[in-house]
Amino acid sequence: MSMLIKFLVAAVGAGTPLLFGTVGEILTEKTGHLNLGVEGMMSIGACIGFMAGYYTDNFFIAILAGAAAGALGALIYAVLTVTFMANQNVTGLTLTIFGIGFANFIGIFVLSKSPEGTLKLPEKITAAMRGGNIPALSKLPVVGELLFSYSPFVYIGIAIAVACAWYLNHTKAGLSLKAVGENPGAADAAGIKVTSVKYRNIIFGGAICGIGGVYCAMIINGGVWISNNVGGLGWIAVALVIFANWQPAYAIWGSFIFGALRVLKYYIPQSVLPFPIAFYDMLPFLITALVLVISSMRKSGRINLPAALGLNYFREER
Amino acid sequence: MKKLLSLLAVSAMVVSLCACSNGGSTQESAETTESSSDAETGTEGESTGVMPAIAKEDIKVGVIHITDPAEGSGYTYTHDLGIQGMQSNIGLDDSQIVRKNNVSDSDATAIENAIRECIEEGCNVIFATSWGFMDTCEALSEEFPDVIFSHGTGYKCNGVNFNNYFGRIYQARYLAGIAAGLKTESNKLGYVAAMGQENSEVTGGVNAFAMGAYSVNPDCEVYVKVTNSWFDPEGETQAAQALVDLGCDVIAQHCDTPNPQTVAEQNGVWGVGYNSDMSKDAPDAVLTSVMWDWSVYYTFAVQSIIDGTWTGENYFGGMADGLVNIAPLSDLCADGTQEAVDAARAQIIDEGFNVFDGVIETNDGSTVGEEGSTLSDSDITGSMNWYFKNVVVK
Repeated sequence: MSMLIKFLVAAVGAGTPLLFGTVGEILTEKTGHLNLGVEGMMSIGACIGFMAGYYTDNFFIAILAGAAAGALGALIYAVLTVTFMANQNVTGLTLTIFGIGFANFIGIFVLSKSPEGTLKLPEKITAAMRGGNIPALSKLPVVGELLFSYSPFVYIGIAIAVACAWYLNHTKAGLSLKAVGENPGAADAAGIKVTSVKYRNIIFGGAICGIGGVYCAMIINGGVWISNNVGGLGWIAVALVIFANWQPAYAIWGSFIFGALRVLKYYIPQSVLPFPIAFYDMLPFLITALVLVISSMRKSGRINLPAALGLNYFREER
Repeated sequence: MKKLLSLLAVSAMVVSLCACSNGGSTQESAETTESSSDAETGTEGESTGVMPAIAKEDIKVGVIHITDPAEGSGYTYTHDLGIQGMQSNIGLDDSQIVRKNNVSDSDATAIENAIRECIEEGCNVIFATSWGFMDTCEALSEEFPDVIFSHGTGYKCNGVNFNNYFGRIYQARYLAGIAAGLKTESNKLGYVAAMGQENSEVTGGVNAFAMGAYSVNPDCEVYVKVTNSWFDPEGETQAAQALVDLGCDVIAQHCDTPNPQTVAEQNGVWGVGYNSDMSKDAPDAVLTSVMWDWSVYYTFAVQSIIDGTWTGENYFGGMADGLVNIAPLSDLCADGTQEAVDAARAQIIDEGFNVFDGVIETNDGSTVGEEGSTLSDSDITGSMNWYFKNVVVK
């Protein structure tokens, strides 16, 4: 029982960076722009967020800096694909490569200047980022550990996902966003400022990805800087967008399920299921494939894939 | 027009990326183009080795790194410290060392290009530090018979200009096991392993650690979690957390990042680092770290090339050579650890104790080895696919 709770706690921890990446990418894709640069934006966010935390010792400045850096990464993408109409896939891939290189470059540069030979976050921010000490609540049996023992990132992530779900489904701006992603020509004719909607949401999505990067740098790597610290999670987030059917609310449980599948191999007793470890490594992707197959077979099921995803909008060709 | 502009912008991004990641090496290669590449066959000397000696000033060393040495704690960092140590021991000029960083060890073309670039820049000695570089080195050693290829952590050699170097890191892990076995209160030690039982290098390390712990604390068990990757920051964190959740209170590791140590620190338990002294990353957790001093081999190899005594044989150094050791014990260690570790170190260095001596019981009830003998080096490097009796995989 206690191992089960620990497994669930670990699953939430492993799912949180995916949650940020997924929600950020959902907002981006809803504009009709497939940004494959999630990994890059997370890396930039991880780097800038970590460095801000390292120098200011302030948790909120670190998160804001990470978000701003992610937004800046997305801005590069937006300028290239929205204004200059570059190929979205190529631009996204380039952003990923650029982001990882940028983060490692800055990280190694600062590291080489550090007298200790390591970059370790100072104590105050470490305590703040780990959290888990909500008075009274986190001491409750079972529930305390399951619901109130997490790092603040987890709650921020869920709050952002819920807010984005509300934004998409219950606000006029969200409706405009969906219209732009489905048919930018029609949206334009209806008086929606397509370019502005695209810019705003791509940048906002990048900011959310950036916070996910800060989580990677601060929590996953225990507050010590290492190179390549996002480690491919951004790519999984891109897959999770499909898994979550482009709905931020689904992204919450989707990313926690993915997190659970990723930590499963460390918690499942080998004596119970003696599968090779490679099987567990494959599991999240096997399930994504299954979900894709099943959801495409269901006739009634609505697939929320934006109709104009991947297509640049040339106003002149309207 | 817009398309052209966007093309320009994308290419600007690509160029700036290249400038970022290769900043170090382009600078180095610019520095090194001046030295002559014709002199690589070297001078004739009283060679007892299989290759002609190369004068010190004509030596040019190419180093192929899998990541960036500046990463701060892991594998490449320790290899590069070794190269730097060799450089100062022998007294080579900066221009005599060419580094190729971030060469993916699963990309044969990238490896070949990196090595060819080194040779074009005049390198006559190549150190390739990662397992995956092995086959490319073997192939190129035939094409370039004048260049000496030395490949780390593999097993192949041609006895002339291509050898392999590795070390008895298990001896250091045995000492670390002693420190862990004396420290544990729950009698559960955790071990984050990069690879599973099928990998002899990792499994040998687990066994040596477990045997060291067993030698001082027969009640303790070693729990192993496998990440199935040589570099997986998130997986290493999760594996360490799972071990802590199982009740382990000392977390040892055979993986690249210091993450298992920071997890240990965060959970108020202890740990044993790897590659470099990880007490800088997790000062409140790390008891000691299992460390390589590659400068021992690099100095030995380059000196033998200068002296003309290079034999092209595989190198498998140990604690007696100074190639492997543990970091100075931290204050967190239990009382008496230093004495126990010193005694075991003396056994290894002076009395020929080789950890895998005599009959060894495995965790599936069978036995390995024979009374009065020790496992052969080829068994240790190639076919250690069993776990010691106190190792638990679940």
